[in-house]
Amino acid sequence: MYRDGEKIMAKQKLMGLNGDEAVAYATKQVNPDVVAAYPITPQTIIVERFSEYVADGEVDTEFVAVESEHSAMSCSVGASAAGARAFTATAANGLALMWEIVYIASSLRLPIVMALANRALSGPINIHNDHSDGMGARDSGWIQIYCENAQEVYDASIQAWRIAEHLKIQLPIMVCLDGFTLSHTMENVETLPDEAVQDFVGERPFIEVEGHLGKGELRLNPDMPLTMGPLDLQDFYYEHKMHQVEALNDALEHIKEIDDEWADLSGRKYDYVEPYMMEDAEVALIGMGSMVGTIRHVVDELRSEGMKAGMIKLRLFRPFPTEHIKKALGNVPVLGVMEKCISFGAPASPLMEELMTAYYQDKEKPMMANFVVGLGGRDVSPDMIREAYTSLLKSKNTGKVEKLMTYIGVRGE
Amino acid sequence: MSKRAWQDLPKGAVSYKSSMDYKTGDWGVDAPKIDHSKCTKCMLCHFYCPEGAIHVRDDGYTEADLEYCKGCGICAKECPVKCIEMVRK
Repeated sequence: MYRDGEKIMAKQKLMGLNGDEAVAYATKQVNPDVVAAYPITPQTIIVERFSEYVADGEVDTEFVAVESEHSAMSCSVGASAAGARAFTATAANGLALMWEIVYIASSLRLPIVMALANRALSGPINIHNDHSDGMGARDSGWIQIYCENAQEVYDASIQAWRIAEHLKIQLPIMVCLDGFTLSHTMENVETLPDEAVQDFVGERPFIEVEGHLGKGELRLNPDMPLTMGPLDLQDFYYEHKMHQVEALNDALEHIKEIDDEWADLSGRKYDYVEPYMMEDAEVALIGMGSMVGTIRHVVDELRSEGMKAGMIKLRLFRPFPTEHIKKALGNVPVLGVMEKCISFGAPASPLMEELMTAYYQDKEKPMMANFVVGLGGRDVSPDMIREAYTSLLKSKNTGKVEKLMTYIGVRGE
Repeated sequence: MSKRAWQDLPKGAVSYKSSMDYKTGDWGVDAPKIDHSKCTKCMLCHFYCPEGAIHVRDDGYTEADLEYCKGCGICAKECPVKCIEMVRK
């Protein structure tokens, strides 16, 4: 924001919002053209609140009460292709029902913003938090940000538009918030004035593409017709996938510009990777989402007891910030990877596999152990995190990791 | 003509050519042969053709555009006077 030519920080208002309300409030301030969503626990509050904003005339948004998540994403694709700012929200099985369109949104380069209230995938049916839904979509070509608290949810829900629409990115984005732990927990959230949010998001920019009638913006426009989503066979599909590779690589470079701009406006600075007490750490944990707050608390306790513990919060999962993680980790000899997800039949859970891959070619690398926690909403308690650190310390002292995978908090060995 | 590298293709998998430039006539093995001596100019083949590859000429007779005809044979099947025969290209 500028006043008298001077760059100033926006004046903020403290509100009591749960994670879902933070998404809805931020989205109200952005005032997108189209919201197409179907309510599903624990995302429901987002849709409820937003439909109230629509009913009360607080937004200009066309709210489409679709009959399923498949339609929610299809509608978002259509709206975004027509040049609209399109928002949707879902969780777990809703995301699963969207599946085919999720991939289409990213391959058509449509900057849709979606809030994902992370919830365990059925079955058996469970409405509580883990990361099986978001992790399942890790190869879909979407950007994924995992939030730690309601403040981050609010901030990311505004930043998301600028990230998705950045001319070098042009990809859909998931703002991930842990179901119930964040979605239904009220916290203090600093909010910006509507005007500051509007200034920040501005108007949606478009990239120029070459259509069959010449050059034009990548949007459906009767004056400049384009073919979007054509049959794309052996001779072109592969090349188009390279565009997605490039876009996610570029995203890794450009998201930080938006983080910086947001910091100037709000005073809240985010990084892809946020280390805590890592300078002299001998054992470290890395994790995503709400559990990192608990991990930080345990690090403080362990430090006061003399253990050189550190931790890393991973905020950006897609694109995967390999170099940022390595820099944050430094020379820590042992790393534990905390995950609310199982990749059945795989050697380890997704984040562990990616970290292993990231480090495989390096001569100097930490020993790594994978800890699965919190499936189906099971509490990730300080004791469980302590258990992980104790195990890591043992590995550090013996020089080896006894078990690649440990399922913490499950009954039975 | 060599095909473009991925860096030179429009983003979003937008097609930079018209579908008119996509000659699908080589997909099929058969092509319709229309016997105008039996044809009643009903134009059903023109309407039924899923590819829009059968045109109506100024004289009212129909003609298949083999650059686009995929040889599906629907025209021959639907022709009420059976004046269309599918033949090997």
